Amino acid sequence: MAEWYEAHQHDVLVIGAGGAGLRAAIAAAAAGVSVALVCKSLLGKAHTVMAEGGIAAALGNVDPRDSWEVHFADTMRGGQRLSDYRMVEIFAREAPARVYELERWGAVFDRTEGGKILQRPFGAHTHPRLCHVGDRTGLELIRTLQDKAVYSGIEVFMEITLTRLLKDEERIAGAFGYRREDGRFVVFRAKAVILATGGWGKVYKVTSNSWECTGDGCAMAYEAGAELMDMEMVQFHPTGMVWPPGVRGILVTEAVRGEGGILRNALGERFMERYDPKKMELSSRDVVARSIYKEVQAGRGTPHGGVFLDITHWGPEYIKKKIPSMYEQYLTLANIDITKSPMEVAPTVHYVMGGVRVEPGTGATTVPGLFAAGEVAAGLHGANRLGGNSLADLLVFGKRAGEHAAAQVRTLAAAPRVDERHVGEERALIQHLFDGGGHENPFAIHEELQEVMGTYAGIARTGAGLTEGLERVRALQERARGLRAVGSMLFNPGWHACHDVRFMLTLCEAIFRSGSERQESRGAHWRLDFPDQTPRWGAMNVVVYRDNGEMKVTSRPVPQMSPELARLVQ
Amino acid sequence: MPEATFHVFRGDATGGNLVSYTVPLTEGMVVLDAIHYIQAHLDSTLACRWNCKAAKCGSCSAEVNGRPRLMCKARVDEFKNAPITVRPMKAFPVIKDLVTDVSWNYRVNKQVPPFTPRPDDPGPWTMYSEDVERIFEFRKCIECFLCQDVCHVLREHGGFDRYMGPRFMVRIAALEMHPKDTLSRTDLLKERGGIGFCNITKCCEEVCPEHIHITDNAIIPLKERMADDYFDPWRSILRIFGRKKEPRGT
Repeated sequence: MAEWYEAHQHDVLVIGAGGAGLRAAIAAAAAGVSVALVCKSLLGKAHTVMAEGGIAAALGNVDPRDSWEVHFADTMRGGQRLSDYRMVEIFAREAPARVYELERWGAVFDRTEGGKILQRPFGAHTHPRLCHVGDRTGLELIRTLQDKAVYSGIEVFMEITLTRLLKDEERIAGAFGYRREDGRFVVFRAKAVILATGGWGKVYKVTSNSWECTGDGCAMAYEAGAELMDMEMVQFHPTGMVWPPGVRGILVTEAVRGEGGILRNALGERFMERYDPKKMELSSRDVVARSIYKEVQAGRGTPHGGVFLDITHWGPEYIKKKIPSMYEQYLTLANIDITKSPMEVAPTVHYVMGGVRVEPGTGATTVPGLFAAGEVAAGLHGANRLGGNSLADLLVFGKRAGEHAAAQVRTLAAAPRVDERHVGEERALIQHLFDGGGHENPFAIHEELQEVMGTYAGIARTGAGLTEGLERVRALQERARGLRAVGSMLFNPGWHACHDVRFMLTLCEAIFRSGSERQESRGAHWRLDFPDQTPRWGAMNVVVYRDNGEMKVTSRPVPQMSPELARLVQ
Repeated sequence: MPEATFHVFRGDATGGNLVSYTVPLTEGMVVLDAIHYIQAHLDSTLACRWNCKAAKCGSCSAEVNGRPRLMCKARVDEFKNAPITVRPMKAFPVIKDLVTDVSWNYRVNKQVPPFTPRPDDPGPWTMYSEDVERIFEFRKCIECFLCQDVCHVLREHGGFDRYMGPRFMVRIAALEMHPKDTLSRTDLLKERGGIGFCNITKCCEEVCPEHIHITDNAIIPLKERMADDYFDPWRSILRIFGRKKEPRGT
């Protein structure tokens, strides 16, 4: 064995330790296979901690009329025909069991008067459905899974950056990367790999996403030959903080609206009456985000370019109990006491519906041995995700991916072999950043990329803008060949940023190509030049894949529901 | 544009020193913004941990002007033009710059026996708000380890082998006070947990970004619980015979 890297051998390698990765690792370990869990940060810091509102599951604790069928129908309508109904059905049926399981593992949710798990209303959910604890549900979820995982015999590797998936001919064989702490190279050999690497909201400047959300897993999957789907579908959450500049984009939970918060423009008008008089503030996220955008465009925005979100009518005690971290966030970061003054909010990039194309029940990607679950996987949320469906997604499909990966590795006669040439190539590539003679600053390219994305792939898009954006991304890709890292391999943020930028550029190319392809407006993808939905595009998912080093665009038919299921959605 | 000077620790396990950087100020800026500015414009090798920049993940712990803080929550305007010094957490070994080796906490975490409900009680459970409300406070912990950093048993006396520190007292309190948990962790508290080493100076409470009343609501009740189990004759017999948890009117 080569001496210059550290090697580990497991049955299943899980990449990413947010909700989906932890749940997948727990499931695989429970199935009796050896599991490595690799994360880019410390354990328990993943972006899942930022989820605030709750976990959507049709427990029917607050409204007994709720059922998996209603959750199914809400989710399908939210996805505006692009969701894979098979995933949605599994999801709606299994979410309640995943929530109760979490409770058995020690999660503690807010309670109803009768002592059951309390559920709150949320945008486009017919009934109060979000199991929650205040506005820190994601923390509760991740801590519970983390505590469960550390007693499950899973080997956890923290602060490791992976830069390449390794293959044995066609089948996945592991991954290559390095320890951030000291730059030591690491090879993980595995019979199956589960990607649970989350989204790539960091390609935008105004985003609720944390540092890690650079899409490494999705980009590595693409480079390994996986198909990516619905990449044009980027969710703008209607309410992010606006002021001061340093906090722009930080999330203001939808729970504020779920519990009765009112949106007003600078003239004091409750403008949602114009856009969705029935659901008002609790319309789906794409609709509310566009409405705010239109108000601001029409000159009815606040001085800092947002609108007002008012909950002062709740009274201080209720606010501090139900959304304590929002109270703290505005008080500390913006000097605003939200029990007395309205919040200023504007849309912020929040979630990517698109990602790696997977088989509905198993999470298997188009690369043998490679699975994906959570935000990195596509198919469940279609053109628009409903609030609360992400946490349920992590649990339902994390578990399934873990189980199916474990089952698959048991059928393998021999462990796949890592091709040492690929390991050597990748090492050369990432070391080249130090000594390749480049001069480009990764932070500068990242910032320029964020400008390009905000300008040409924002809420409102046009064909010309998408074309221009693609050109600019291509130019940045060209410049990124000359990326340069300085200093040592010891915990070096500039060096790490070089890999992030490389991955993000790939995904942005996919966003522009897919966005140009979809010549209609649907869900999060709003084209000013094609303002309406078309039946043709409603039957297609846009797919990109790599062919001879080039990104190719194609489409796949959306699976069609049985008449029984279709009736539920009507 | 107004500017401020930041003195940031640069170095590694072998030592280091403060380096000064001039950073332009923007309205509402936090210390973490300044660190990011330095990384992007002045020195891309400056190491710090951060994730959410919204005080929810507990990654960007450091000592700002000597006080353990989350850098994402430390407003620059709070310091009124005074120089700002940023150092890594002192209680933990430096890896590089503002990044410290906190792996000890993860090893200690594994020594705490997990949540253990009755095996024949699969749920869904009925638990009333009044039964669970007090553990919500403990479960707010974002594991920033600032309480560990400031705890004098760890910070001044290096008692890592004697005391698990405030963070794990909070975790144990959450488990012990969970209405469905059946395990007693008083043996752990007395022995490896080292709860007796805490002399209730409340420094940990002062630095907690989640405002958890660590000593009043977690450590003191746990001390009482342990004293009960060890020094109340009836309870100590129960403990010898392996009776786990006595329902108590708390």
